[in-house]
Amino acid sequence: MAELKLPVSEEEIRKLKVGDFVELSGRMITGRDTAHHWLMQDVREDVMPYMKDTVIYHCGPVVAKNDDGSYDFVAAGPTTSIREEPYQADVIGRYGLRGVIGKGGMGAKTLAGLAEHGAVYLHAIGGAAQVLARAIPKVERVFMLDEFGVPEAMWVIEVDRFPVVVSMDSHGGSLHDEVEGESKRRLEELLK
Amino acid sequence: MAVYENLVETFVELIRRASTQLPDDVVSALEKGKAEEQKTGLAEKALGTILENVELARSISAPICQDTGTPVVWIHHPVGVSTRALAAQFHEAVRTATERKFLRPNAVDTLTGRNTGTGAGRGIPFLHFEEWDEPRVEVRMILKGGGSENVGAQYKLPDSRLKAGRDLEGVRRAVLDAVFEAQGKGCAPGVLGVCVGGDRVSAFEMSKRQLLRPIVDTNPIPELAELEERLLREGNQLGVGPMGFGGKTTLLAVKIGVLDRLPACYFVTVTYMCWADRKAAVSIDEGGEVTWLS
Ligand code: SF4
Repeated sequence: MAELKLPVSEEEIRKLKVGDFVELSGRMITGRDTAHHWLMQDVREDVMPYMKDTVIYHCGPVVAKNDDGSYDFVAAGPTTSIREEPYQADVIGRYGLRGVIGKGGMGAKTLAGLAEHGAVYLHAIGGAAQVLARAIPKVERVFMLDEFGVPEAMWVIEVDRFPVVVSMDSHGGSLHDEVEGESKRRLEELLK
Repeated sequence: MAVYENLVETFVELIRRASTQLPDDVVSALEKGKAEEQKTGLAEKALGTILENVELARSISAPICQDTGTPVVWIHHPVGVSTRALAAQFHEAVRTATERKFLRPNAVDTLTGRNTGTGAGRGIPFLHFEEWDEPRVEVRMILKGGGSENVGAQYKLPDSRLKAGRDLEGVRRAVLDAVFEAQGKGCAPGVLGVCVGGDRVSAFEMSKRQLLRPIVDTNPIPELAELEERLLREGNQLGVGPMGFGGKTTLLAVKIGVLDRLPACYFVTVTYMCWADRKAAVSIDEGGEVTWLS
């Protein structure tokens, strides 16, 4: 299994192919519905450095605040990505993201965006809240916590061997399209 | 009956068990699926991570998944027990379990978009009461996740697109279509609760009630038992696999219930339960003795 260090170069990302299993280590950021909308309303200079050449994780975590004011992720599985389809390709382009982590895959617009900008879609294991929280040893800082609330805020996190599968690559490949196409063929066979 | 007025802590424990301990029958089905997948393939890895997660959640008494779902509850009670008092206690238990982080604050005011913050809300938890002759209260609950709820479906037969008529072959075609449409989006591998017949309300309730059945059992109605087995086999032949990565393990079980219908209607109703098939049950007798049924 390959380990991928974040931040990552476009060249490294373009080497990844659909079906690769990778473990991520380094810094990334979370963001879901509210964050994506906000990122496209304006150019958010303050978060830009935390997005460039790393990945955004579609996750609404459960977070505990420690006595010293620091935070811990208590549960941190992926949320459904397709809701960000209208924004994702533009967010990748504007902020220089190299990837997106979520579940369920994304659509044609994002797939084209991945190819254009040199990025990938990484599928985490849906529901694996505890295993994934354990792979997030550190919360570095948070943006828009008061405005968006805990699940929607943008959390800058440190991950250690965070397991994902490349399900959409930067060459137009999509595991979701492959599996759906093959299962459609089998369905038609069964319903003959 | 005073013993049934002091159940909040028992209900909190019921919720804790459901949220943090995946039942043994579900774990066995996931293990069996893993053993059947190709070694070191994506499907096997996904199931391995899922099983590791289940183990970890149990050992630290933390929610298996951060979407702790909707508590859907069936309560049987003897004559003379107040269902209003039971409902009030269950609501309180949901609030307490949310405070103790066994549940996520999971109820959103649909009109304002604001989270109620307590885990409870209008229609959450969802409680069903039935009186029975036994001298005890029995509570069975599932925690129904949202991602999988989104891929549930209801078909109205006949359906010309699927060439599905008003018979069990039509039911088969509709259910396979639902499995195909869901792909991995409901956090496959899933358990299907199906209802044949009924109306648009009763059928969804019946389909969810099927999820209370053990993963391995035999439907008492022979033609449904046969259809369950066939749909499990054929659903897995679609090759969707865990998380939709491709593989042999798309479904863990198919359970079918039946309700009578109006002459004009023939519904096939499918509830998709994710691999995090969380359920728990408890019985409380007249003397206050608590027996865990799961
Ligand atoms: S579908 Fe189930 S396992 Fe997946 S995120 Fe929702 S509750 Fe969790």
